[in-house]
Amino acid sequence: MLCSATETAMAFINYAAREINCKIVYYGPGLCGKTTNIQWIHEKTREEAKGKLISLATETDRTLFFDFMPIELGTIRGFRTRFHLYTVPGQVFYEASRKLILKGVDGVVFVADSQEVRRDANIDSLENLRLNLTAHGYDPLTIPYVLQLNKRDLPTVLPPEELRRDLSFRDEPVFEAVATDGSGVFETLKGIIKQVLLDLKNR
Amino acid sequence: MVASNTIITERDHSRFMSLLEGLDRDANARFVFLLDKSGQQIAAAGEMDQVDPTSLASLTAGNVAATEGVAKLVGENGFLTLFHEGKRDSLHISVVADRVILLVVFDERSSLGLVRLRVEQYLEPLSAIVVDMLSRPDGPPAGVGDGQPLGEITEADLDALFGD
Repeated sequence: MLCSATETAMAFINYAAREINCKIVYYGPGLCGKTTNIQWIHEKTREEAKGKLISLATETDRTLFFDFMPIELGTIRGFRTRFHLYTVPGQVFYEASRKLILKGVDGVVFVADSQEVRRDANIDSLENLRLNLTAHGYDPLTIPYVLQLNKRDLPTVLPPEELRRDLSFRDEPVFEAVATDGSGVFETLKGIIKQVLLDLKNR
Repeated sequence: MVASNTIITERDHSRFMSLLEGLDRDANARFVFLLDKSGQQIAAAGEMDQVDPTSLASLTAGNVAATEGVAKLVGENGFLTLFHEGKRDSLHISVVADRVILLVVFDERSSLGLVRLRVEQYLEPLSAIVVDMLSRPDGPPAGVGDGQPLGEITEADLDALFGD
């Protein structure tokens, strides 16, 4: 039973270790910059607050299964808050792997490629995310979620308003980013972490 | 939306530890490691000094998830155990009560036969704890005394996390 609703568990609270562990997944079409987001976060996070960055990638550095890195932000009420960041493989034919990684997710970042030529790929990937969340027993309209409009530095990008019209499906926070130089990367991460913790609080 | 947190109490942890230490000893293992299917570590016993537990949990969960995907493709519901044989160290992986993964890492001091036998003996008591843990309603565990940390989070706590 891999994807039944009854198996979907969210945050992991360990009273023995005094830890709250949450899982955040970066989703989006192939080559939109999911791995670049995680790599930037890994590079700029201080040593004591991060774990190893693991990339299960092909020989051409395309994500095969997932990238993973843990970060620790500090303590809330005596509990260490740890976030496990994952990316999914964006390429269409890795659908089976992509679905597996959403298991137990607490929050999702959708990374959109702002280039006009990737418009359909963004829309398809977002629809795929919504289907896979539903298959895991989540409601896409209520799960903690943010939208990142990446690659804002490229010449062929669509205006943010047009991307929002295509991709916004709820009142989600939207962040513009250039993951290759770090612009908007930590803002996006903070946005999703705040939503995840507030969601846990309100449950 | 399904939104139940997994909560491990001090009591759960000490019950797990007691069994894991027993299994580690009885199976002559290098170490034994318990994690949930989403890749979160629960408890471990044995020689883990050289191992990064967070990465181990994430990759083991990915391994099990991928293999369960393969099982479905060939018409199986899932595999009860996985075995990876190395030149020096080998891995024995079992799924406990559908939700938790038990990893036993062993070397030449043990054997696959011994590990399988011991794991079978420990699966039932481990499953009982997992079922207890998952059937408990969400909320602060009784007797912990600290209350539920998440219910008390304020905006100021969140800002403090980011140094805002």
